[in-house]
Amino acid sequence: MTDVTQDLPLAIEPPPPATSGPIGWLRANLFSSVPNTILTVLAIAFLAATIPPVVRWGLVDAVWSAPNSRACQGAGACWAFIHEKIRFILFGTYPYEEQWRPFCAVLIFLALILASCDRRLWGRRLILIWLGGLAAVGILMWGGIFGLSYVGNELWSGLPLTLIFAVVGIAFAFPLAILLALGRRSRLPAVRMICVAYIELIRGVPLITVLFMASVMLPLFLPSGMTIDKLLRAQVALILFAAAYLAEVVRGGLQAIPKGQIEAADALGLSYWQRTRLIVLPQALALVIPPMVNTFIGTFKDTTLVIIIGLFDLLGTINASLNDANWRGTSVEAYVFAAAFYFCFCFFMSRYSQMLEREFNNGRRR
Amino acid sequence: MTALDREVPIIELRGVDKWYGDFHVLKNINLDVGRGERVVVCGPSGSGKSTMIRCINRLEEHQRGRILVAGIELTSDVKNVEAIRREVGMVFQQFNLFPHLTVLENLTLAPVWVRKLPKKEAEETARLYLERVRIPEQADKYPGQLSGGQQQRVAIARSLCMKPEIMLFDEPTSALDPEMIKEVLDVMIELAEMGMTMVCVTHEMGFARTVADTMVFMDRGEIVERGPPKEFFANPRSDRTKLFLSQILAH
Repeated sequence: MTDVTQDLPLAIEPPPPATSGPIGWLRANLFSSVPNTILTVLAIAFLAATIPPVVRWGLVDAVWSAPNSRACQGAGACWAFIHEKIRFILFGTYPYEEQWRPFCAVLIFLALILASCDRRLWGRRLILIWLGGLAAVGILMWGGIFGLSYVGNELWSGLPLTLIFAVVGIAFAFPLAILLALGRRSRLPAVRMICVAYIELIRGVPLITVLFMASVMLPLFLPSGMTIDKLLRAQVALILFAAAYLAEVVRGGLQAIPKGQIEAADALGLSYWQRTRLIVLPQALALVIPPMVNTFIGTFKDTTLVIIIGLFDLLGTINASLNDANWRGTSVEAYVFAAAFYFCFCFFMSRYSQMLEREFNNGRRR
Repeated sequence: MTALDREVPIIELRGVDKWYGDFHVLKNINLDVGRGERVVVCGPSGSGKSTMIRCINRLEEHQRGRILVAGIELTSDVKNVEAIRREVGMVFQQFNLFPHLTVLENLTLAPVWVRKLPKKEAEETARLYLERVRIPEQADKYPGQLSGGQQQRVAIARSLCMKPEIMLFDEPTSALDPEMIKEVLDVMIELAEMGMTMVCVTHEMGFARTVADTMVFMDRGEIVERGPPKEFFANPRSDRTKLFLSQILAH
């Protein structure tokens, strides 16, 4: 015979005090043990020592408008410098009167990036939106039609240049990387060897070298009279470089797909490309979102290296604006501004990728 | 299904050999499967039964001999292989559903992309087959949310949506918890009763007795014995078959 240990359901009781609410949280997370308590105290002391001076320098004592840097002496951050130079920092040497054009181009870029974040738009429609957006950016930046005066791309600089390098770089490197990764796993030895050679060669060379080769050496090999635009050369170098790294990330995802998935797709009669597009890539890419975003962030920051072949991206224009004799000693402010800008973009990418990961994992756990 | 139909083979294996490196997995396999015939393949593990059935839709390549399916010879010609795979459904031990797609999307993928059916029509067919395998209410879930038995029934429905002429089953119940084996076997028995041509690798001897027209016993890469289930179970002729049956039916 079995024993009945509990005949009636037990009454519902509130939790014991101090395991919930703010005090419970503090106790569980900050003061759960002696070492934990010591670390908490140290962390608080560190924050107390660092935050007030930073806030004082950056906000309380900061100078927001001044004719030159001498007016800032003895005070906090000289944001007046950024205020004064913002148009040069953002648009660089682009003709002053026409700077509404790069401004609109930047807005179009931001809109395109935000639109791409909406998964409902993914597909053919998004590609069309991008082609339309890039065409509009091209028309705005170059001009020469619709009554816009022509502006050669040797005058492009600042924020639009950074965004063009990063966005176009990632947009082209991504499909190229997928092809390289697939090629590296191809059954055809020739295709495989070409992909392996490409990936290993590019990965074995610093980006600065690739950029130098693109800007200095490439013209030497071209027949005389033929020139390729400097901007285009840098862009191609960035794409080729990012693709090699990205290809290895994608390959990691491809290798994680169980063989059974490929067999099931084959058994249903799907062709290689159908199988790759519908079964393998959606799963493989979802798996490697974290390292992929890592590479995207790296590529975004690598665009700053174009400065060494004489192109002025955002960091370049910030550097150049420091040369003004009226604004000596403002380099900290300038670089804090640059850091804040790059941080915002990278942080956005990172948060978005985390959201994407959560969405992909929803209900699909094996 | 008349007796005459069964004499026209839809699958023909003629002197098929295959090696994994130096290991001779398939030795001179000869097998005919008639239209509507139900063949159950059994044998100890490592006897080459899975390899043989996987050669029929070229998930494995044979190195000698000929394999003809529905009159088309399997060669390295990709077009032939894809044509045959459209007509041959396969159910795997590990289900191999696509985890990133819902049940309904799993079912409509191949009809839409391979058979070029309109999406709506493919969905109607898919729901019909989900009804047949008794899980119409799971259509919008992801495979990871289903039990093993349900997943395997979805996998069967996925193959059926291509309206194949032949169904291959590669140990379809071996990865299932015991209480789920019956629900999958019931679906397979129903399919057999509707006249589907089936080649099934399984250890479920009760199922074999119920549906098989022909039993095939394999050991060490060769077909040792074949015959109608009644004789096969009552009077196995070879000693190897006797030993295997005594082991598998002992309890």
